[in-house]
Amino acid sequence: MRRGIGAAEFGRDFTSPGIFGARMSDFLRDYLNVVWFAVAALAIGGLLLGLAAAIRPSFPSAEKNIAYESGVDPVGMGWSQSQIRYYVFALLFVIFDVEAVFLFPWAANIERYGTFGLVVMLIFIVLLLDGLVYAWKRGLLRWV
Amino acid sequence: MLAIDPLGTGGWLWTSLLIMIGKVLVIFVVSLVATMLMIWGERKIVSGMHNRVGPNKAGPWGIMQSLADGIKAFFKETFRPSKSDPFLYKLAPYLMFIPAFLIWAVIPLGGDFTDGKDGTVTIFGQVTRVQLADPQVGILFVLAMSSIAVYGVMLAGWASGSKYPLLGAVRGSAQMISYEAALGLSLAAVLLSSGSLSTARIVQTQDSFVDWNLVATGIVPFAIFLVATTAELNRPPFDLVEAEQELVSGFNTEYGGIAFALFFLAEFMNVITMSGVIVTLFLGGPQPIAGIDIPFIPGAIEGTIWFVLKLLVFLYVYIWLRATLPRLRYDQLMDFGWKVLIPVALGWFLLLAALRQFSPDGTFADSLRVTAICVVVGIASIALFYAALQVSRRNRERAAAPQQEGSPV
Repeated sequence: MRRGIGAAEFGRDFTSPGIFGARMSDFLRDYLNVVWFAVAALAIGGLLLGLAAAIRPSFPSAEKNIAYESGVDPVGMGWSQSQIRYYVFALLFVIFDVEAVFLFPWAANIERYGTFGLVVMLIFIVLLLDGLVYAWKRGLLRWV
Repeated sequence: MLAIDPLGTGGWLWTSLLIMIGKVLVIFVVSLVATMLMIWGERKIVSGMHNRVGPNKAGPWGIMQSLADGIKAFFKETFRPSKSDPFLYKLAPYLMFIPAFLIWAVIPLGGDFTDGKDGTVTIFGQVTRVQLADPQVGILFVLAMSSIAVYGVMLAGWASGSKYPLLGAVRGSAQMISYEAALGLSLAAVLLSSGSLSTARIVQTQDSFVDWNLVATGIVPFAIFLVATTAELNRPPFDLVEAEQELVSGFNTEYGGIAFALFFLAEFMNVITMSGVIVTLFLGGPQPIAGIDIPFIPGAIEGTIWFVLKLLVFLYVYIWLRATLPRLRYDQLMDFGWKVLIPVALGWFLLLAALRQFSPDGTFADSLRVTAICVVVGIASIALFYAALQVSRRNRERAAAPQQEGSPV
């Protein structure tokens, strides 16, 4: 197994045996707790929903199963079209989410990259900010 | 230093397994009970602010009201709209409920972090943290879980096959992703001052009041984070997802009985966990306030007491906001997120990065000089930008003008 600095930092020394007898890294084993917790949450949710479905009364009828529309019969389809603006915001969000992905590792290790890193990140941020300014100037952020 | 939970690093013993199961069970039960108390507390405090009594029948001061509501929801008949998508309709409550729980896993709930201690405790000869897991990317985990909750809202609204839920869901998901951008950018300032993504490490670096990220990053990222989490949680004044007056109940209109109760539970649990995240990131989590040492109580439990005290402040603030502020209009909401919060968060983050780089000692004169240079550069670039806009507009007019004159009639 190759053992560089990165590998040691992430605790990938496969020394301790895992819970199923297989060997597991410390890094991954930490997430095992999270998985157990998720299983517990899934179990309690499933138990509540399943048990309630088993014991509650159920007398379905065609009228009950109509979609709610303030007490009158629904008009047209339930899946109506919505504004295109939501889509624009979703696209803009992707810009900033990607930005965060690159920003976080640098922000946590700012000393390691020094002034060079700061300037490079500044260029990167300004380039992405360009997108926001462009959308702003084109009036895409205006909610009519 | 490995930023993971040291539990079990010395190989697997039955005690480490026992501790792990114990931690899962304790956090699980505590989170459920805390959520029920939170629902009761909110109703009681809001009714106090409205000058009415609030729940007072079930148990002393109505404290069992949430339990009574839960039992009622459990036995209630529910029906699925015939036009809904069966699979997604059933999946959506889980997508809200499970992430709400999972955020608990990375919040340090106690432990002694004073004087640079690393917050570990020893139980049955096993060294561990008072926190379910301490992954190196704990903060990213929180962001990931709050993003999955967006899927819960979106799918619940879409799968219902009804108009009000769909409107609530598209509104809600656009709002949540918009504010998540601001949330992430204000978070970057915390990473800058703490130098780690691990939640335990972030708490560890805040070992005196001036090191609290609330102070160390200036108050701005904290304020942005608080506003952005309020929007992320769909709490008033940002509760456009539900907006009772226009959308009945928003994305969960078509849910009834226990499925609705799960949405409700997840919503309130998110309030508690996000308050916990704020306390962890900005207020030092289990760190004591002003170095006060509570006598006769071991350090680890003391940490839990401080954490709960700080948490209660934020829970009260959320309830207070609900009783005080009217709901924003949707265009105001989006404007505020994109045109105010995101630029301010980015600008503040860049300023902090420059300060960190060019005045590492943090002396006042140095900091002032760097800030002044940053402000000058910022103003200069905005001026250049406007000049460029002017030039391009003039060029466009000049290019358009001869065409109109010379066009053949």
